[in-house]
Amino acid sequence: MFLEYILAIIIIRYLRTVLQKEGLLQKWDRLLVAGMVVSVGLLITVAVISQSKIIGDFLINALLLYIVYLTSSVPDFRAAKTMGNAVLPYIIVSLCDELTMLISSSFYNAWSNYFTAASFFAVIWMVAMWMISRKQRKSLEQAQLKVLEKEKQYAVTESLKSELEVQVAERTAALTQQKEELQETLNELKSTQTQLIQSEKMASLGELTAGIAHEIQNPLNFVNNFSEVNTELIAEMKEALNKGDIEEAKLLAEDITANEQKINHHGKRADAIVKGMLQHSRSSGGQKEPTDINALADEYLRLAYHGLRAKDKSFNATMKTDFDESIGKINVIPQDMGRVILNLITNAFYVVAEKKKPLTPEGKLNPFFKDYLPTVTVSTRKAGDNVLISVRDNGNGIPPAVLEKIFQPFFTTKPTGQGTGLGLSMSYDIVTKGHAGELKVETKENQGTTFTVVLPGK
Amino acid sequence: MKILVVDDETDIQTLFEQRFRKEIRDKEIEFAFAFSGEDALAYLDGHAHEAVLILSDINMPGMSGLELLDQIKHRYLKPPPVVMMITAYGDAENFNLAKQLGADDFLTKPVDFNLLKEKLKNIH
Repeated sequence: MFLEYILAIIIIRYLRTVLQKEGLLQKWDRLLVAGMVVSVGLLITVAVISQSKIIGDFLINALLLYIVYLTSSVPDFRAAKTMGNAVLPYIIVSLCDELTMLISSSFYNAWSNYFTAASFFAVIWMVAMWMISRKQRKSLEQAQLKVLEKEKQYAVTESLKSELEVQVAERTAALTQQKEELQETLNELKSTQTQLIQSEKMASLGELTAGIAHEIQNPLNFVNNFSEVNTELIAEMKEALNKGDIEEAKLLAEDITANEQKINHHGKRADAIVKGMLQHSRSSGGQKEPTDINALADEYLRLAYHGLRAKDKSFNATMKTDFDESIGKINVIPQDMGRVILNLITNAFYVVAEKKKPLTPEGKLNPFFKDYLPTVTVSTRKAGDNVLISVRDNGNGIPPAVLEKIFQPFFTTKPTGQGTGLGLSMSYDIVTKGHAGELKVETKENQGTTFTVVLPGK
Repeated sequence: MKILVVDDETDIQTLFEQRFRKEIRDKEIEFAFAFSGEDALAYLDGHAHEAVLILSDINMPGMSGLELLDQIKHRYLKPPPVVMMITAYGDAENFNLAKQLGADDFLTKPVDFNLLKEKLKNIH
């Protein structure tokens, strides 16, 4: 049997592969090559010279024992330890076999069955161990592969993660920048809005200026002239007293008093007009105070009328008022509510003036031109707890498509440059937000429009 | 001499009556008052040829002073009454319009009554 020799060659080869894998071959290669040479040499010798078999068998078994010893004691050969354990029983059995045969051939022959059985079991052990270790190694390799795979995946995940983090940082920076830009735009829009509201106030103030100029000249006319009259009357009174005409002097004194009252009345009137003008241009933020709505509406009706008249000499309209004197004083911010009333009245006058023009804006003949009487009516009324202020015109009415948009900021039907488009939207805000009221509109084609401010009672 | 004063301010009546108290007492001048253009036309219809002079404000609700002027100058041809317009100070546009429509003279507000009296003497 040459099994030991072939086993030795296989084991040495195996050890070399194992050491190569672990990078330790350099250190042991000479010894292993020597072992290989010895094993091959012994195999050839034994095969050629059959008498040398006994010595060869001893030598090869010794070599195997030495190898097994190395695998169990030298750390470098740790990986081959299982292999050592696998072959050890077989080597021992072989050695016992040969020793027994050498000492007593008869004893060996008598027990040869047992020896054969022992070497058979040793071979089975060897094969079984080899298979088990192979299996273990494979599963270990698989586990290692799995770990490696996981590490790879982890590395991929890590790189993805850092990539994503970079992207997130970039996006965040972009978003922050966008947010800042939007904030800036918003601030610009806010300041533009403030400017626009101011310019709307100024535009309506411009409409008022002519009206105010006219309105202020009338009271001034009376103040100047009545005071001059009084100077004359006082002179006459002195004359009468000198003559001793007490009756005449008393009559003159009564006239002087009456005139003084007129001077006082018209002085106050001028004062109220100037105050109204100042209030109108003042930015809002005023306080609510009990206000005579009828007086406020009357004042702005006159101002609006004269303002329009000053701009357009041919303009003519009938102003009607229908005031409910029982409404009493209402808690409103006077300059704001005045602005609303003025805006509604100015719009109404504009509408009736348009209807009175001989040509429509499209250049066609206006069918209403001849028999049309432009009329604007301002009325107040109490309805339950509410107070209603209505401004009615007998213009052409508002088409449904336009009606939807009239309270939108910057919407205007006036030619470019003539309207800011803010009047009604500002009025709407003042009534709904500033006074918790309602601004309603009713319109009929060719018959006119009524705007109604509904103010809640206290 | 009869003068028709047209103005939407009712206090104008008291003022004129006081400023011309002597002239009224001495029956030199007689005044009539109308508080709108429409009123003025109605008065003229009922008192044809009575008023020698018409004094009218321009800015009035309803019929304006300019429209009234236009009507007077077209309707009352013989003899055409003298029409004096009261304009607001510095209102050149109204001034020119009134002149085109045939206004005879102008006064500015506040009315200078001494000047007005001078002008009335010239009409006499």
